[in-house]
Amino acid sequence: MKAQNVTREIMTGNEAVATGVKLARVKFISAYPITPQTAIVEKLAEMVANNKINAKFIEVESEHSAMASTMTSEMTGIRSFTASSSHGVLYMHEMLHWVAGSRLPVLMAVVNRAIGPPWNIWADQTDSITQRDTGWMQVYCESNQEAMDSILLGYKVAENKNVMLPIMSMQDAFTLSHTSEPVIIRDESDAYDYIGDLNLPFSIDLKNPLGYGSLMPPDGPFMELKKDMRDSMYRAIEVVKEETKKFNEKFNADFPGLIENFMMEDADYALITMGSMSSTGKYTVRKLREKGMKVGLIRILFYRPFPAEEILKSIKGLKGLGVLDRSITFGQRGAVYEDVVTSLYNKTDIPIKNYVIGLGGRDIRVKDYEKMYEGLMEGEDSMEWINVGGK
Amino acid sequence: MVMTPTAYYPTTNIKTSSWRTSKPVIDYSKCTRCMICWKFCPDVAIDINENPDYEAPADRIKKMEAPFIDYDHCKGCGICANECPFDAIEMVREGEDK
Repeated sequence: MKAQNVTREIMTGNEAVATGVKLARVKFISAYPITPQTAIVEKLAEMVANNKINAKFIEVESEHSAMASTMTSEMTGIRSFTASSSHGVLYMHEMLHWVAGSRLPVLMAVVNRAIGPPWNIWADQTDSITQRDTGWMQVYCESNQEAMDSILLGYKVAENKNVMLPIMSMQDAFTLSHTSEPVIIRDESDAYDYIGDLNLPFSIDLKNPLGYGSLMPPDGPFMELKKDMRDSMYRAIEVVKEETKKFNEKFNADFPGLIENFMMEDADYALITMGSMSSTGKYTVRKLREKGMKVGLIRILFYRPFPAEEILKSIKGLKGLGVLDRSITFGQRGAVYEDVVTSLYNKTDIPIKNYVIGLGGRDIRVKDYEKMYEGLMEGEDSMEWINVGGK
Repeated sequence: MVMTPTAYYPTTNIKTSSWRTSKPVIDYSKCTRCMICWKFCPDVAIDINENPDYEAPADRIKKMEAPFIDYDHCKGCGICANECPFDAIEMVREGEDK
């Protein structure tokens, strides 16, 4: 390994994403601004205007158009990027299916923000969780460093010839997007060496006309194409593992990969978290360990593809497990909880509890985590709301 | 490698007429080649024969370009039959061909 040229800068999550886009040598950017994602778009527009990045920037009138133009530029074999948040993500929902179904390895940065009503601009993962069935891979970041690294890694995984699916990189509103912390800027030539140029196997070319998304009758390969998407999503699990290893070797980094195990070796009780709330969880784990409580934390980075086997390995020997959902689904328990329970069905008999937490930017405090860990010891598999109604 | 999501052949190769219940039949002895049916067809299922050898109401229009129905794509909506000013198109129920 050659000596690393390490540059550290204090930057917000939004700036980290924009820098990641620059390092990934993205050639096309199209986005519509929405709080709290706006700074990503502003930063990239500034880079394009000052020739800091060799990309075309298109201003559009809506998120639906942003995704449509990102999709069509990607079809021509150009690495393309967009970013959105909250209602913007919902507005482009249809296009998310079109991009994934067209097998285009687009990357979108999503700053997780609550869905109204009531109007709310703070952190909540409902916007991206509700896009889980669109065929996009999803990675949830805990730090600004991950917000940057997941751009490089994300394109690399998405553009793998055995995957060819788009990917969303998530960071929580304000907690990451508007909070400054030190970020190691990956070396530009190393980054290019790692990611290379996009080589789309089925790009639009005037000399070789072809159609994307044309009519497919019931006996055409419609079902086969959907099956292939799902198979590819499962293949992505191994690709994420391989690419994470390569990434960490290349940049001397410590990107965790599919999941992160925190103090899980001898843990009796553990919580499963996603995104920036994990940091408060880890602080609480250390605090409770000092009191002699054997607790741990499992952080999911990749929600799609879902790391079922990794979670099964991590929960071996536990007496109780809790799953935190920073999103809301009505008439059933939380989305992450459902996926965890489905993954562990018939493979474990430990009680699994569901916690709904932090909606609309509601504070997730150390005492909330303490309450949740204590709740696990009761051995129930109920669902509980945390920090709601003044409790 | 993943399955290719693109189609390399023109979509006209995909037949989309199996749900038709009745089909338009042109009576060329009444057809003046006005092409109103061709203009009105909402599904581009009426094509133009540039070298026709059909019957015609008059000898001088026998060699004129003539419309013909593309039965692989016609859904049987009947708009052409409705619009034809010379009643030269008749809707015939599938399976009841003369």
